[in-house]
Amino acid sequence: MSKSSSEADWQPSCGQDALRIRALTLNRIRRFFDGRGVLEVETPLLCHTAGTDPQLHPFVTHYRQPGQTQGIDCYLQTSPEFAMKRLLAAGSCSIYQICKAFRNEEYGRHHNPEFTLLEWYRIDFGLVELIDEIEDLFLVLFDGMRALLPSKRITYRQLFEQWVGADPISADFAELAECAKRQNIPEASSICGKDRNIWLDLLFSHLVQPNMEQGRVYFVYDYPACLPSLARKKLGDEAVVERMEVFIDGLELGNGYHELADPDEQESRFDADLAVRRQLGLPLPPKDQRLLAALSHGLPDCSGVAIGLDRLIMLMAGFDQMAQVLAFPVTRS
Amino acid sequence: MAVFSTSDFKNGLKVMLDKDPAVMIENEFVKPGKGQAFNRVKLRNLKTGRVIERTFKQNETLESADVADVEMQYLYNDSTDWHFMQPESFEQYTAKEDAVGDAKKWLKEQDVCIVTLYNGSPLSVTPPNSVVLKIVETDPGVRGDTSGGGGKPATMETGAVVRVPLFVQTGELIKVDTRTGEYISRVKE
Repeated sequence: MSKSSSEADWQPSCGQDALRIRALTLNRIRRFFDGRGVLEVETPLLCHTAGTDPQLHPFVTHYRQPGQTQGIDCYLQTSPEFAMKRLLAAGSCSIYQICKAFRNEEYGRHHNPEFTLLEWYRIDFGLVELIDEIEDLFLVLFDGMRALLPSKRITYRQLFEQWVGADPISADFAELAECAKRQNIPEASSICGKDRNIWLDLLFSHLVQPNMEQGRVYFVYDYPACLPSLARKKLGDEAVVERMEVFIDGLELGNGYHELADPDEQESRFDADLAVRRQLGLPLPPKDQRLLAALSHGLPDCSGVAIGLDRLIMLMAGFDQMAQVLAFPVTRS
Repeated sequence: MAVFSTSDFKNGLKVMLDKDPAVMIENEFVKPGKGQAFNRVKLRNLKTGRVIERTFKQNETLESADVADVEMQYLYNDSTDWHFMQPESFEQYTAKEDAVGDAKKWLKEQDVCIVTLYNGSPLSVTPPNSVVLKIVETDPGVRGDTSGGGGKPATMETGAVVRVPLFVQTGELIKVDTRTGEYISRVKE
């Protein structure tokens, strides 16, 4: 790094206003959940296991007990999800957490490898009640910051059909390729091949998100069953899972699920992820046996969501780069 | 030939795209929280100037293009070709009209400009950001006008036409911004 750049690099990349908006936001979030009887908790950032998700690359570090020369691999968490579910299984009430999460190989205008998450779980909530609560929270947080248009709730399928012109669940690869070509992404076929998940990720991020109306909150729900993450299958409709995502200005802010509680189903999703990882030559993190044990003990019926706070604060403040609301992004950390 | 992976992508990178040299002018990292990462890239084809949008999956690669920006002195034009010289090596290069493009109206003999070489041949020419040129023709101005309010067209020695203030006269030297084509100031000889 050159001398001239390091001389300016000690300065924060955000302004004083952004620091104040962040402090106010944290304060409002705590008042919001305290008022609703949701308990604030903390869980470890340093973990013995990592998520198996093939698209998430955890930071790996080395843990040694005092005097030990050989230690074991530990991971910086990519999300507090598993630990929070263990608290729920152990009998906690509804809980929330504001914490750092770490994801390697993610950096850009809307990504920083270290970022702040707000994650919460509500016992006896379905996705509809959870969406209601996210909407209430956004009203509180955006108050006095920026006016939002009334929110829109729409299924993944409807939104995808509207902007891509094909059914995300039943369309074959030739049809998806045709849509991509028509909309000026001819390279999509060679990128996505015969992997429906990559097809959906590409078409949704390139053709759907940029077409979302500015200033409107979108709650997209009923995700295709091939993108289950940790959501449970929808009763009566095997094609979709009870997963939602929330967007503002076309930017993804959070993922929410009616949480999968079945330990066998959870383990088979771990195994499916690990099979993909093996195929891609990615590291194979151990399955979180403590989560599986907690689910076997019994997870109360609940819904939960994680919201990227840095992005939310960026949108509240009317910026378009996350660095404008981070004191020190990784390039200056 | 060097190869760039998506993690090396950045503005200004010169790469081969569809068998033509191109320069990267925008690189956006796109990744659904739980999904596949992409780089959404804008590139300018260095031959045609066309801007192309293209998506790459993480870890896809592009070959580097043998493209270099070299400072050269403009020597002369022989009615078909433009001739340049690298001042240190005295090596001379010949550029065709399509390579010189719009730069030709700003090129004055002896001026130093940037010649972009592709596999050793001139691909494009970038004039200096500002040049000093002589006015060969403009309408006589109105005496006493110093504001330059409306201005008038003036033809330069190179053929370029620039809007100048009314008080500027034929035979004078002016400084022009070649990026906007706008008058900057008068220059004393």
